[in-house]
Amino acid sequence: MLHIVSKSPYADASLESCLNHWRDGDALILIADAVVGALAEGRFAARLKGLALHVLTPDLEARGLSVKALVDGAVQVDYEGFVDLCAEQPASLSWL
Amino acid sequence: MTHKKIVFVSRKAPYGTNAAAEMIEVVLVAAAFDQQVHLAFLDDGVFQLARAQTPEAIGHKPFAQNLTELEEYDIDHVWVERESLAERGLTEHDLMITVSLVGRAAMAEVLAEADMLMSL
Repeated sequence: MLHIVSKSPYADASLESCLNHWRDGDALILIADAVVGALAEGRFAARLKGLALHVLTPDLEARGLSVKALVDGAVQVDYEGFVDLCAEQPASLSWL
Repeated sequence: MTHKKIVFVSRKAPYGTNAAAEMIEVVLVAAAFDQQVHLAFLDDGVFQLARAQTPEAIGHKPFAQNLTELEEYDIDHVWVERESLAERGLTEHDLMITVSLVGRAAMAEVLAEADMLMSL
């Protein structure tokens, strides 16, 4: 499954709930405000490490965060990469 | 038409937004189109099922009526996450309809087995 998280994990429990329902083979993409959770020095780095983590580049750049180091193993993707992820996984869930 | 297994994921408390009410309407439409419809309540979504709601006092229509309709519409399964209830101080006895209670890992499995996942 592709988990799509769009809310900042500092303000909302959707990332937490997503990670609590994680299964082997799943992938995660952080978009919109959720990209703030992907910084290597942030509070959520430890929980995100080792997961198939993707971060939407335009949302990082928009917030001035593309210059910051991301969680180990995080892969930046553009909109086309986002579509590819959706196509690769059998289903996707938006944690709204 | 192929019968897809659609799991509707409801994670919002009722009345603060219209998300919960709209979700129930979409669920009933999907069921009318003869799809395999599952409804999953987790996180704050479990508050939607609490008995004895009187939302008329705050200008909202009650959920109870729509939820009890679920059975008539042949919804395949209503899943509720046990941990979400417990964390919020609720038990299954606080719920207004009969549901399938599942633990968090089993809920993850319900989600993983869907052909399509819908959330609002």
